Amino acid sequence: MPSNQLTESGQLRHFLTIEGLKRPLLTEIMDRAEQFSGISHRQVKKVPLLRGKTIINLFFENSTRTRSTFELAAKRLSADVMNFNINTSATSKGESLLDTLHNLEAMHTDMFVVRHDQSGAAEFIAQHVAPHVSVINAGDGCHAHPTQAMLDMFTIRRHKQDFANLRVAIIGDILHSRVARSQIQALATLGVGEIRVIGPQTLLPRESQTLGVHVYHDMASGLEGVDVVITLRLQLERMQGALLPSAREYFRCYGLTEEKLKYAKPDAIVMHPGPINRGVEIASSVADGPQSVILEQVTHGIAIRMAVMSMALASQSEQAEIE
Amino acid sequence: MKICIINGRVIDPASQLDIDHNIYIEDGKIVAIAEDLAGFDADVEIDAYNKIVCPGLVDLSARLREPGQEHTATIESETRAAVAGGITTLAVPPDTDPVIDNPAVVELIEDRAKKAGRTMVLTVGALTQKLNGELLAEMAALKAAGCVGVSNGVTEIKNTVVWRRALEYAATLDLTVFINAADPWLQKQGCVHEGTVSARLGLSGIPESAETIAVSRDLILIEQTGVRAHFHSLSTGKAVKLIREAQDRGLPVTADVSAHHLHLCEHDLGNYDSFSHVMPPLRGVRDREQLKQGLRDGVIQAVSSHHQPLDADAKLGPFAETTPGLSALETLLPLTLKLVEDDEISLHQAIASLTCQPAAILGIDAGQLKAGASADICIIDPDVQYDCLPSAFISAGKNSPFGGWLFQHQVSHTLFQGKVVYQREPN
Repeated sequence: MPSNQLTESGQLRHFLTIEGLKRPLLTEIMDRAEQFSGISHRQVKKVPLLRGKTIINLFFENSTRTRSTFELAAKRLSADVMNFNINTSATSKGESLLDTLHNLEAMHTDMFVVRHDQSGAAEFIAQHVAPHVSVINAGDGCHAHPTQAMLDMFTIRRHKQDFANLRVAIIGDILHSRVARSQIQALATLGVGEIRVIGPQTLLPRESQTLGVHVYHDMASGLEGVDVVITLRLQLERMQGALLPSAREYFRCYGLTEEKLKYAKPDAIVMHPGPINRGVEIASSVADGPQSVILEQVTHGIAIRMAVMSMALASQSEQAEIE
Repeated sequence: MKICIINGRVIDPASQLDIDHNIYIEDGKIVAIAEDLAGFDADVEIDAYNKIVCPGLVDLSARLREPGQEHTATIESETRAAVAGGITTLAVPPDTDPVIDNPAVVELIEDRAKKAGRTMVLTVGALTQKLNGELLAEMAALKAAGCVGVSNGVTEIKNTVVWRRALEYAATLDLTVFINAADPWLQKQGCVHEGTVSARLGLSGIPESAETIAVSRDLILIEQTGVRAHFHSLSTGKAVKLIREAQDRGLPVTADVSAHHLHLCEHDLGNYDSFSHVMPPLRGVRDREQLKQGLRDGVIQAVSSHHQPLDADAKLGPFAETTPGLSALETLLPLTLKLVEDDEISLHQAIASLTCQPAAILGIDAGQLKAGASADICIIDPDVQYDCLPSAFISAGKNSPFGGWLFQHQVSHTLFQGKVVYQREPN
């Protein structure tokens, strides 16, 4: 269990994974995001909370959307933001991950927002940064994507009253999905009644049930009576590893169509972490349909990231005052 | 030089000896194990009061990094570490750089080891040239140069025809084949055991079938070719079962386990602890118990270090990008004897699995205390409480997951060919 993402008083110091965080903290993040979500509707979409702070988006893996929402979130909090896109092949040419990190740290950075293609990379970086630097995990390998999970929880909370009575199904490539792992942990921590995963055996981790989920291999039984349907993005390179025969067959079995959605409760909401592959994991008519909340998720992403960034940097300033 | 080891508890599993006797040594050889030897005038007396005196340890697999990676470790540095761990004989796998596929490399290693002069370094030759899995190595020449067996190291021979021919050829030369059993495709895919921990941490898994498929295939070819074979570093309970059945059928098959697989399991990965990144991976708790059972039953005859010293950078990075392996020469003895402290195996079994049994696998005359034998001796203090401190290892590799473990058994002296090559500094 990560030992160092909380300060001694239980405040967020880093945000690396949902695992090990308690329900009140997750609720606090969502409450904070609720306050921030108003800002985006104002004429001046800015608050001076992080004025004078330097945040570096350190992306070792390509991403436009996630990086943009982190950048927007930081700017709305009045922080100075720099983007570093480093493809991993460049680092393997000589400079190690730690060298890169220490170089950027020398520029008096207050926070790193990190995305990396290796599981455990954010944890590794957090273990090696100077004590006054916060690390936010923007996705590490197949391990965790905690801000995505929190914006999903926030979206669910806006639509459904009580987590305890919910039945949530996550469809698709659980094996390689950092989003799914973080979602499952967040849903469990918030006390969701039942968490299901649906997919072919090739895309589910061995011993999935130890994650605290019920495993289904078909949509009809898996979606029955479900309140929240989450489909995951299917990385097209998965077609090459003998995991699936074709995108067409995947859509046939696990693509979310209007027809299959009927198995879920009539008021079920449909979510997707994006970017979506239309006609692979989800039909356009569902993605754009009345039950879809996919675009709301994107909007909420900014508020959640503002919440997490401000909480982590606030705990750092507190720490500095004590010292 | 005449040495007498007095007052110790002499344990020699090969001869079922467990007695409070003195050991008399002259000209590098044991002269007698007796209560008294009239007319023996020792130059040096070593008091082994309250200590165990047993044969020097025999390690079936330790990488010394020379030739090829002298910046990481050398024969000089690692033989010093070996004797600090009580090891007086060790075998190096062929995957040096250049590969041990010709007599020149064998000579180079032997030469360096002789210069170091503190432990017997044996070589295991390559089965195929450059370990490429395609062309057979000149095994007769390797045998003549002194190789105690042949192996393809951790590089699998994928082509079953080549594999079969290699085993047949080794059988012709009466060479033991040392096998690291792993299906190359299933193994290469992952970095940790496929199970609950890989599911939680999002690390790609290596299923147990990576080992069982390879062991099954190899056993069939061993039966067909009649070659004598040894399996290195078993990691799964199912592989132990396969080996047990093969031995029951009468196949000439032996096996070893690494000391770390007897103590650690997948849960020791904790939070991406790269020191626990080893190959084969740490498996489930049940596998660990079945490995211990295999050792108790004699299906597994030896505990080995599978020493792989690495420099600090090799373990600094996201888990999957770090290099697997651990520095293990100095923890082999305390870890194996920890099983005795925990009542898992008897003291005699533990010492046998570190001395005469691995010596028998290598087909060498070592690992025994008897008159006329080379005086390769390890003296163990069985009751010191100390914390394992990897940063204080003598080995150039400090990469060990056992930092902070409480050990009880500690080497106090090591003798090689009648010479004290290690003596622990008094605390």
